[in-house]
Amino acid sequence: MLEFERDLDELRDHIAELERDAGADSNSHVVRELAVLQLELEARTADIFAHLTPWQRVQLARHPQRPHTQDYIDRLCSDFTELHGDRRFADDPSVVAGLATFEGRSVMVVGHQKGRSTAENVERNFGMAHPEGFRKALRLFDMAERFGRPVLTFLDTPGASPTLDDEKRGQSWAIAENMARLARLRVPVIVTVIGEGGSGGALALGVGDRVLMLEHAIYSVASPEAAAAIIWRSSDHAEEAAAALGLTAPDLLRAGLIDRVVPEPEGGAHRDFDTAAANLRAELARMLQELCAQNVDDLVSARYAKFRAMGEHQNVPAV
Amino acid sequence: MAVRRRGGMQSDPDIPVDLWVTCRKCGGMHYRPEYEAALRVCPTCNYHDRLDAAERIALLLDEPGRFQEIDADITAADPLEFSRPSGSYVDRVAKARALTSRNEAIVCGIGPLQGRPVALGVMEFGFIAGSMGSATGEKITRLFEHALRHRLPVVTVTASGGARQDEGLFALMQMARTTAAAARLGEAGLPHICVMADPTLAGVTASFAAVADIIIGEPGATIRFAGSRVVQGTLRRRAPVEDHTTEWVLRQGMIDLVVPRRELRETLARVIGHLAPAHVTAPAPMAARAARV
Repeated sequence: MLEFERDLDELRDHIAELERDAGADSNSHVVRELAVLQLELEARTADIFAHLTPWQRVQLARHPQRPHTQDYIDRLCSDFTELHGDRRFADDPSVVAGLATFEGRSVMVVGHQKGRSTAENVERNFGMAHPEGFRKALRLFDMAERFGRPVLTFLDTPGASPTLDDEKRGQSWAIAENMARLARLRVPVIVTVIGEGGSGGALALGVGDRVLMLEHAIYSVASPEAAAAIIWRSSDHAEEAAAALGLTAPDLLRAGLIDRVVPEPEGGAHRDFDTAAANLRAELARMLQELCAQNVDDLVSARYAKFRAMGEHQNVPAV
Repeated sequence: MAVRRRGGMQSDPDIPVDLWVTCRKCGGMHYRPEYEAALRVCPTCNYHDRLDAAERIALLLDEPGRFQEIDADITAADPLEFSRPSGSYVDRVAKARALTSRNEAIVCGIGPLQGRPVALGVMEFGFIAGSMGSATGEKITRLFEHALRHRLPVVTVTASGGARQDEGLFALMQMARTTAAAARLGEAGLPHICVMADPTLAGVTASFAAVADIIIGEPGATIRFAGSRVVQGTLRRRAPVEDHTTEWVLRQGMIDLVVPRRELRETLARVIGHLAPAHVTAPAPMAARAARV
């Protein structure tokens, strides 16, 4: 549980206790007290969530109970068939991918997958994909294009795995090749940052016609720890880095780098997976409908123009 | 090639700074005039020391004087109003401009390489460690777009610490943007050759550089995805000490060839000759720009 969630949880426990004690007794005094406490809980939750600091959002984005890619696939899609392996080296469990039905349409879904237990996190490398994970994704992007199926990606990673073995197998090349492929893919691509959008490892699944972010997701040039290590020479300054990097969904919407913020249920997506998924479904369904109606050449040109416009520079006399 | 004396070299205060150079790789001491005459290649370990953009252009083009720079007026904005403990981003950019006499961490333009006009982009490591911000990305993207319009092959020379943190997600998006531009060039059947110089790291390795048709490494360059500080920040353990050199990535199968500096121009001309369309004709870039206005 996060520090700022603790007070709220105490209040929730208190309410639950009163409800239990009251039982079938519909004593008006207890009912009234419960109503008051419920209102207080809502007000305090709203207050805390209206004033989240960037670091609190980082914590929410990484909340151990937060819904991960598989949780969204389960709620958004029917008949998901997971497809494994890059046909080159190995299957990487830190990326899940496969065919599924979304709103009556066959789609290819691809996302980073974190674990919930320690054992699962070790298995899934904390959602940090290896080159073979990105190459599995690439294989399936190609397949999606060949069969004219739209692609939905879900971003949730602290970053690409940075070990020596990953370097050996060409981590940089895997990321770059995915971006190049996605940039030109001749089917609609919708990207959703559901938790942590960490650096190049996120962007390797992040080039699409629309980019959405869950309300408390983050998206950053480097994880706050990595950025702090670069800027302050110590990852202990992660909180300052988080504040400086402008990595929250509202920040990025204002900056024009994402298209839409998807609201989360009160208290965050981890409190109510179903509502979080339903909110996302509504946006995805609308956007997919719109993109599928477009001519493919226009779609690819518009995608190029979209990323072409990302950046701010100025003109000064040549030195 | 005329090379200027540069600040990047390590020097011992007791030794006349003009006369001796210490190799940053092996620590070997070299008599400067000979070292410069050898194009700043260490005679002991074959490390190819850093060149600035002007030196690189002089090394690669037939007549450096015929290099026509484009987009030299583009420089960084400060979208996040970013500040580090060591100073504001605005100040860092101002210092970098003063230090390098460049407005950004890459110099782009058109010039003849063994008689054939090429679109050339050379990263300036002295400009905030050659990091890629929005303006850098804008220039790289424009270079690819210019080459596409005029049917020119592209040569990029990378020397970069990666994405420029001071621009946050704007900097990350330059990876997508430049890679998309490179991919579009490839669709049009125009070659992109990348020369990875020391060092080529992170957001630059993992974007337009890695998708080049042919990747040439300079001997002894560091080429890798995650820098040691990032590994430490992410994994909370010491970065592996292995040297991610050009020769190492060649063995892993990630680059095409390693070429000594003396043979670089000739090698580039040869492979471009094989890949570039035979009918390449390059209009003068200045005239082309004027025509568009």
